[in-house]
Amino acid sequence: MSGIFSARAWGKVWAYRQSFLLGLFNTARTAAFAILLALMLGIIFGLMATSGKKILYGISRIYVELIQNTPILLQTCFLYYAMAFSGHSLGIILTGIIALGVYTGAYMAEAVRAGIEAIPKGQFEAAQSQGFNYLERMYYIILPQSIKIILPPMVNQVVNLIKNTSCLYIIGGADLISLTYSFVTGENTGGAYAPAYLVSGFLFFIICYPLSKIASTWEMYLKRREQRTAPVKRTTEGEVSGNE
Amino acid sequence: MSDLEASFSILKNTNVLLYIGKGVLFTLIISVVAVLSSILIGSVLALVRNYCNKGFAKIFRILATWYIEIFRNTPLLLWIFICLVFCPCPEAFSHKMFGLTTVETKLLFKAAVALILFTSSIIAEIIRGGLNAIAHGQFEAAHAQGFNIVQTMVYVILPQAYRKVVPTLLSQVTSTIKDSSYLANIATIELMARVKQLLSSANRYNGTGTINVSDVFVLFGFAALIYFIINYTLSCVVRSLQKRQKKPVRAA
Repeated sequence: MSGIFSARAWGKVWAYRQSFLLGLFNTARTAAFAILLALMLGIIFGLMATSGKKILYGISRIYVELIQNTPILLQTCFLYYAMAFSGHSLGIILTGIIALGVYTGAYMAEAVRAGIEAIPKGQFEAAQSQGFNYLERMYYIILPQSIKIILPPMVNQVVNLIKNTSCLYIIGGADLISLTYSFVTGENTGGAYAPAYLVSGFLFFIICYPLSKIASTWEMYLKRREQRTAPVKRTTEGEVSGNE
Repeated sequence: MSDLEASFSILKNTNVLLYIGKGVLFTLIISVVAVLSSILIGSVLALVRNYCNKGFAKIFRILATWYIEIFRNTPLLLWIFICLVFCPCPEAFSHKMFGLTTVETKLLFKAAVALILFTSSIIAEIIRGGLNAIAHGQFEAAHAQGFNIVQTMVYVILPQAYRKVVPTLLSQVTSTIKDSSYLANIATIELMARVKQLLSSANRYNGTGTINVSDVFVLFGFAALIYFIINYTLSCVVRSLQKRQKKPVRAA
């Protein structure tokens, strides 16, 4: 093991801690702006998918299917090289923000759509009969109910987005993973593999673990509450299918 | 316009098509192998995490839990880099194979190990979801029939759990196909890497002597189309399976 216990290797990592912090900062910066973009796209396309208008639904389906069925790496490369070869290079971080935002936005849109579709139709009709317009209906009636269903998968997508910042490596990379890799392979700094990977893995873990823990605990809580409040008929059905 | 025609002429080259086709094949093989081995490892992890909660066996439960949490919360690329350095490569994979050089076969093996480690943590959670959905009466019934714990798992619990998670597992194949593109970072083996390689030498194939924007669109667009066809077909299968599962099963 290339020096997981060697004080010299750890000393090297400590001496170059600036490059790890810079990587963390770049990853955080990319992730933060990408999350904002993804949220915006997710809400817009999620609402389009549930608007009941065929054209809007079609556009949102095309967006979601096209993005979800191709790798993030391909999208990042595409964006980066298309802009670079046409002479308006965006820079690595901005490319990352746009690519990650668009990619995660597709998943967010699906989460929003599922959340809104889980609300019984009667709620929409009741709100409409009370004279609420579309925005009021969504804001006062539908979103407060569906936000609980939407948020856990959204938090999971945020975790995925943070992990996916590593896709920046292929276009030249300024994120945590890329800087770690250039640290361990660099001419002056090379060799301290184990400590460097441990540090960068640990940094990712302490960001992602609390988030995914919150999401899974929340989901579990929702599931329990649904079971508790489920009407009698549904529980008997569940037992029948359980005994099949 | 002539740039675009020149770019399309890259795709008319038989060697280029063969090169891309091999990449597609590698992508598919890597993903299928990764998912199949991950189902094996993931099942063990899921069973250990769910049912090893007595006395000494608790240690294994804690280990499985940490394995799953650590791999789920760190990026795949980190594990690929770690495996490049620390994963030993057996003799069997240290020579020329499948039209790859020795170095590439080694890289492929190490990266595949990383992909399997990463995917198995996700699949463990999927299978655990299936296990949690099984009614407790099943365990008691199996116990009453005189099955021991291993028999109960193999004959009664796991078959039911697998049937419940087939759609989710199939959609995980989609994710793994997408994840396998991370291998492009270290070696030119699968589709993504090959397309990127082609782009960097596009000036030799398109006849104009330079790399144009249209090359980016044509090459990456072609790769995106291949990925889309594979993944969309899979997700259509997933959807039809989910629809069939939702229908109530009537006991005859």
